[in-house]
Amino acid sequence: MLLIVAPLLIPLCAAALTALLRTHIAAQRVVGVSASASLLAVGLMLVARTADGSILVTQMGDWAAPFGIALVVDAFSAIMLAIAGLMALSVSIYAMGPDAAARDRAGFQPLFHSLMLGVCGAFVAGDVFNLYVWFEVMLIASFGLLVLDRTRAQIDGGLRYVFLNLVGTTVFLMAVGLLYGQLGTLNFADLARLAPQAENQGLLAAIGVMFLVSFGAKAALFPLFNWLPAAYHTASMPVAAIFAGLLTKVGVYAILRLFALVYAHDVAFFGPIFAWVAAATMVFGVFGAAAHYDIRRILSFHIVSQIGYMIIGVALLTQAAIAAAILYIVHHIVVKANLFLVAGAIRRENGSFALGRCGGLWRAAPLLAIGFLIPALSLAGIPPLSGFWGKYAVVRAGIEAEAYWLAGIALFVGLLTLYSMIKIWNEAFWKPAPEGLARTAWTRGQRIATYLPIALLCATTMTIGLWTEPFAALAETAAASLLDRDAYIAAVLGNAGQVAEFAR
Amino acid sequence: MDPVISLSIGGLVAVGVYMFLAHDLPRVLIGFVLFGSAVNLTIFASGRLGATLPPFVAPGADALAAGTSNPLPQALILTAIVIGFGLTVFALMLVVRANREFSSVDAADLNAAETPIDTAKSPIPPPAPLAKKAA
Amino acid sequence: MSASLILRVSAPMLLWLPLAASLYVLLRGHNEPGGGFIGGLLAGVGLIFHAIAFGAAPTRKLLRLAPTSYCAIGVLLAAASGIPALFGAGPYLTHLWWFPDVGIVLPLGTTILFDAGVYITVVGTVATLFLSLMEEETL
Repeated sequence: MLLIVAPLLIPLCAAALTALLRTHIAAQRVVGVSASASLLAVGLMLVARTADGSILVTQMGDWAAPFGIALVVDAFSAIMLAIAGLMALSVSIYAMGPDAAARDRAGFQPLFHSLMLGVCGAFVAGDVFNLYVWFEVMLIASFGLLVLDRTRAQIDGGLRYVFLNLVGTTVFLMAVGLLYGQLGTLNFADLARLAPQAENQGLLAAIGVMFLVSFGAKAALFPLFNWLPAAYHTASMPVAAIFAGLLTKVGVYAILRLFALVYAHDVAFFGPIFAWVAAATMVFGVFGAAAHYDIRRILSFHIVSQIGYMIIGVALLTQAAIAAAILYIVHHIVVKANLFLVAGAIRRENGSFALGRCGGLWRAAPLLAIGFLIPALSLAGIPPLSGFWGKYAVVRAGIEAEAYWLAGIALFVGLLTLYSMIKIWNEAFWKPAPEGLARTAWTRGQRIATYLPIALLCATTMTIGLWTEPFAALAETAAASLLDRDAYIAAVLGNAGQVAEFAR
Repeated sequence: MDPVISLSIGGLVAVGVYMFLAHDLPRVLIGFVLFGSAVNLTIFASGRLGATLPPFVAPGADALAAGTSNPLPQALILTAIVIGFGLTVFALMLVVRANREFSSVDAADLNAAETPIDTAKSPIPPPAPLAKKAA
Repeated sequence: MSASLILRVSAPMLLWLPLAASLYVLLRGHNEPGGGFIGGLLAGVGLIFHAIAFGAAPTRKLLRLAPTSYCAIGVLLAAASGIPALFGAGPYLTHLWWFPDVGIVLPLGTTILFDAGVYITVVGTVATLFLSLMEEETL
C-alpha cells in the first residue's frame, strides 16, 4: 500500500524539506536529486507490479470508494509515473548546471518538487475532483517556476499562461459540478459504471465537451494552443524542459483517462471531434514551427504538433490506437525534454537561441551534436529510433481503423517535422560559426550536469528504438486495462459498488 | 429557490465572461473571481437544494437524519474556494509586478514574450512589424 | 507604513485574541464545526493585524522562522500523521485513536496531528502571501 502513496509522499516531503533548507543550497540539491531518483525507482516498481494488467488501489484513511478518496494505479498510470520519475531525475541533474545558484536561491527546488507532486497526484487520482486538485497544485507550482527569473519576458509570458489556465481550470471545475449533479458521484469507477445508463446523454456529452475544452487548453490542442509557444520559451531551460516533457502530457493523460473510462460509450459523438482536433493540432503546430527561427519556439510548436498524434488514440479508441498513443507519449516525453535540454546547451555554447546567431557547433561540440541528432531524428520518426515505432504504431492503428486521412496527415506532419529538425541542424551545427560569436566557458561540474541527463535520455530513446518489444507489449497491456472498464470498476469499488447502490 | 440560484449563476457567468474580454488585467481578474463564484454556486446547486439542516450525525446515531443537506458539495466548494483564492492572489501579484515592469496593466502593452522573430542573418528576411497601437 | 494610533495600541490584543480563539477552534474541530483550516485562518487574521499596525519586518521577526518554513513544517506534520496507520492498521491516513485514562478519559488521535499540520500550513500560507504582497507594495 505504501507503494501507491509513495509517488505522492516523496515529492511532498522533498518540497517541504527543500523549503526548510532555504539557504543550504547544496543540501537542497542532495534532497532534490535523491527524491527524484526514488521517484523513478518507485515508478519502475509500480510498472513491474502492474505489467500483468493488475490494478492497485488504496482507499485513503480507510474510507471506501466511491465516498472516500481512492488512489488507483493501473499500468497506464504506472508508466506515466515511471516516465515522470525519469524526467524529474534528468531535470534535477540538469538544473545543477549553469545558473544553478541563482535559480536555487529563487526557490527552484521546492517549486519543482511541488510540480512533481501535482503531476504524480494527477496520475494516481481515482476521482475527478482529486484530479482537479492535483491539476491546481501543478498549476500553482508551474506559475512560480515560469516566472522564476522575474524578467520582463517571463512576467508577460507568465501572465498569458496564468490567465488562460485560470479560465481552463474554472471550466474544469464547472464541468465537475455539473457531472456531480448528473450522476451523483465523481469517482472514476463509479462514473464509468453509471455513465452508460444515464438518462440525459445529451447533457452528459455537453459536460464532456467542457472537460475537453479545459483539458485541451492544458494539453495545447487546436484551437487552444496559442499560449504555449508564447509562454514556454520564456522559462529558464530546466523549467522549460520539464514543462515541455510533462505538463501538456498530463492534459493528454486526463483526456485518455476520462474519455476511455467514462465516455467510451459515446465514441460515435466524440470520435469525429477528436479526429478533427488531432488533425488540426498536428498541422497547425508543425506549420507554426516551420515559420520560426528561434530554437525554443520551434520546439514549442513541435510540442503542439506532436500532441495531435496522441489524440488520434482517443479519436479511434481501439486498443491498438490507445496502445500507440501511450507508446507515443512515452517516446515524446523523453525526446522533447531532451531537445529542450540540448537547446539549453546550445544556448550556453553560442550565447543565443536565435538560429541566425548560432553555428559551427558540429566542430565546437561534437558530443552535443550527437546529443541533438538522436532526439531530433527520433522526433521526426527516423528508424530505428523510438519515434519511428511511435509513428508506425499510430499510423498502423489509423489504417486498421480505416481512418486513412488521419494516417496520411500523421505521415505528412512527420515529414515537416524532419524539415524543422534539419533546419536547426543546418543552422546551429552545420553552418560555419558567425563572426563575433562569444562562446561561454564551462566548468567541469556544469558540463557533467548538462551532458549526463542528455546522455541518459538519448540512451532511453535508443533503448526504446532498438528494443521496442517490451515497451510495445507494456503499452498494449496498459491500453487493454484502460479499455477494460469492468476490471477497473471491480478493482476500485469491489463490493462497495453494491453499497453505493444501496446508499443511493 | 432554484430559479434564484440558476439566474444568479447565469448572471455571474455573463458578467465574468464579459470582464474576461477586457484589456485591463485587473478587470479580467475580477471577472475570474465572479466566474469562480458562479462555478461554486453550480456545485452547490448540483448537490440538490432545499435541505437546510447542517450535515452532522447526531450523538448516538450512525447515519445522517433525513432533511440534512448534502455535505459533499460543501467540501468541494471549500476546496475550490481555497484553490481559487491561491490562484487569484498569485495572478494579482503577477499583475502588480507587470505594472511595475511595463508601467501598464493593459494587455496590449505587454509584449515582451512575443518580440518580433530574431532573424539575424537567417535565410528569410524579417517580417514587417505589425502595426502597433501608439503607446 | 504608519497605521493609526488606535490600531497600533490595539494591535497586540488583535494578535493574541485571534490566536487564542484559533487554538480553541482547532481543538473544537475534533467533533464539532472548526478545525485546522479555519483555525489557521483566524490566526492569520491576527498576524495580518500585526503586520498592518507595525509593518512587514516586525511581523517577520515575530514569526522567527520564514513563513514558507511554516508551510513546510505543517505539510510534513500532516503527512507524518498518516504514517502510523501503515504499520498494520490500514491504508495511509487511517487515523488511530488512543484513550488514556488520567482522571478523565482523554480522546487522543492522530487526527489532531493532521489538523495541527493544516493549521500551521494555513498560518504559513497566509503570512507568506500577505507579507510578500505588502512588501511588493512598499518597494
